[in-house]
Amino acid sequence: MSVQMTGAEMVVQALKDQGVDVIFGYPGGAVLPIYDAIFQQNDIRHILVRHEQAAVHMAEGYARSTGKPGCVLVTSGPGATNAVTGLTDALMDSIPLVVFSGQVPTFMIGTDGFQEADTIGITRPCTKHNWLVKDADKLAEVIHQAFHVATSGRPGPVLVDLPKDVQFATGAYTGPKAARVDHYKPQVKGDIEAITKLVELIENAERPIFYTGGGVINSGTAASQLLRELVDATGFPITSTLMGLGAYPASGKNWMGMLGMHGLYEANLAMHGCDLMINIGARFDDRITGRVSDFSPGSTKAHIDIDASSINKIVPVDLPIVGDVGHVLEDILKIWKARGRKVNKAGLAKWWGKIDEWKKVRCLAYEGSSKVIKPQYALERLEALTKGRDRYITTEVGQHQMWAAQYLGFDAPNRWMTSGGLGTMGYGFPASIGVQVAHPDALVINVAGEASWLMNMQEMGTATQFRTPVKQFILNNERLGMVRQWQDLLHGGRYSQSWSESLPDFVKLAESFGWKGIICSDPKDLDDAIMEMIEHDGPVLFDCLVEKHENCFPMIPSGKPHNEMLLSADAAAFAGGAALV
Amino acid sequence: MAALNIKKGSTSHSAYDLRDFHSDVESSHTLAVIVDNEAGVLARVIGLFSGRGYNIDSLTVAEVDHKGHRSRITIVTRGTAAVIDQIKAQLGRIVPVHEVHDLTVEGQAVERELALFKVAGTGEKRVEALRLADIFRANVVDSTLESFVFEVTGTPEKIDAFAELMRPLGLIDVARTGVAALSRGV
Repeated sequence: MSVQMTGAEMVVQALKDQGVDVIFGYPGGAVLPIYDAIFQQNDIRHILVRHEQAAVHMAEGYARSTGKPGCVLVTSGPGATNAVTGLTDALMDSIPLVVFSGQVPTFMIGTDGFQEADTIGITRPCTKHNWLVKDADKLAEVIHQAFHVATSGRPGPVLVDLPKDVQFATGAYTGPKAARVDHYKPQVKGDIEAITKLVELIENAERPIFYTGGGVINSGTAASQLLRELVDATGFPITSTLMGLGAYPASGKNWMGMLGMHGLYEANLAMHGCDLMINIGARFDDRITGRVSDFSPGSTKAHIDIDASSINKIVPVDLPIVGDVGHVLEDILKIWKARGRKVNKAGLAKWWGKIDEWKKVRCLAYEGSSKVIKPQYALERLEALTKGRDRYITTEVGQHQMWAAQYLGFDAPNRWMTSGGLGTMGYGFPASIGVQVAHPDALVINVAGEASWLMNMQEMGTATQFRTPVKQFILNNERLGMVRQWQDLLHGGRYSQSWSESLPDFVKLAESFGWKGIICSDPKDLDDAIMEMIEHDGPVLFDCLVEKHENCFPMIPSGKPHNEMLLSADAAAFAGGAALV
Repeated sequence: MAALNIKKGSTSHSAYDLRDFHSDVESSHTLAVIVDNEAGVLARVIGLFSGRGYNIDSLTVAEVDHKGHRSRITIVTRGTAAVIDQIKAQLGRIVPVHEVHDLTVEGQAVERELALFKVAGTGEKRVEALRLADIFRANVVDSTLESFVFEVTGTPEKIDAFAELMRPLGLIDVARTGVAALSRGV
């Protein structure tokens, strides 16, 4: 059954039929008909941003914290080009988004019209797929296909480009069920033969490790539950990438902490020394592997991933399993249980003995101070004072992000939103607004550095307008901390352009937008200040003045293998010479 | 732990064959990619090759099923076994791509290319060009008193060989279609 309506009305109707309740956007000439349709309804809430990049990050925060696709509406030309960073970020981190962009009318395409850009061409490499719709009769089906593609298989952002005349034109609307989506059906069930082989490996391994990633989170909460069951039942140690934090609880007994460039000593050494590596939904990113030729040299590697192109891309694996993490974990558990729940107990006990030795290094220890707030201390206190609350954390990119990953514990999936693959400074603040829109009563904190935070600070107005009580916890070292750290370790301490000059008075800035501003520089005042932030019913800008010259450890200098990690004590002795990647 | 008896990429659903993954020997592969014939699909395929730094030695594309709006893109590419596997996996995840076939490893295939050669000359050279064209079963599709246009069909190697022979005989222009390929048998 089809109903006649305009293209603009179809967009709104399709969103409703897809269960969308909120869209992040910014109006402009080429999307006016859609904004007119939005004006005349109350089912879909529109969050007016201050910059289109932020709209996409908000939608990412919304998507990552709910498991639902995030929706964005931007105008043609600059509206679309501003969205590109967000699209690329979502593509790298596999976040499902449906972005609608306005376009000049079909008869003007190619004439260099006002606010015309080749949006399809520009966004082709930074979306999972994109569509230019030239016919109103096809619009509804394309939108439903767009939601299908964004959310199935390995999730990702998609874009639908809508010429203005198509928005005005009348056509037949068809519902989600009538849309043809049959050809895009990624394989979700893993090969049983391979899964059985993996179970055999699990039964015999002496030094196994689970290496999990964002794929577990993307697979849904059931996958996290199955992962917990498998890890606890086998008694194997588990580490995770930045993107996978929370899938296995940080308070779980087998948790070793994050791995990788700034991962924990025990996690990296266990990866290096294991005899069986079970990669679940991670992708051997270069921040994880270090020097590939020396990556975990003695292990048999199994890799579960829904994207066949992730397998053997960087690290050749012995046992590839293409499928959805949740389905594959279910089959592993079923087969492993049916075969008698066997593990190599003697080997495992020895392995844990070794891991416990590594843990004694206490790689996250740092030199405390009673005079100045150490960034690690600030995060330890934030963790202690917010633990047990209904808490969501977003971050910007840099040292503070790594410290947050090291010092904050996540016991549930979808509680940690960070820009992993693309490393987008300016991600965290808008993402926190997106999370808060989805969870109005939760405590949403963006752990930020002052430099990253300034990149999307215009969204303060958005937070005020839509009453999102987001807490911006800025570890202010007046430096681009990670850049400074690399210059310190690898460029002879020549701090080229890596300091934050002419910073605003953050308290006054907060007040000018109707926020609460807090400044804190004394470790003694920190707890009270954090409590004041948490208890304030409204957005808070927390200017936490921290030690300016702190480096983030452990660190695997890029191009080095896992067993050549720098700990804080070695840093002074490090003479440089690592590959500069 | 004892060596595990797992062949590389040996699951039945895996797209990976058993060539040595670590080998850094490059080889040429002919891929047939069946796609929806929609706007921009060729740009997606080419963008994948340029964006990820893969080689294209030859590329042909045309709609082969008008009713089903399917096109066949034939790509001759070059790379190590690992790179070829990546190319196939990356092609496979483009949404309008329906099938990816590696004709080089999936058994015997027929590969053909069509080329047009303009050869200018008079006297003995002209006669010699015509004689060689006959040996190569080239057709004369255009003729003036000073020139011929030959049409040659065959493997890329045959066309290369014909070009080499024509060069001293007055070759002035070449147009090649790129490789079209089909697997042998059914």
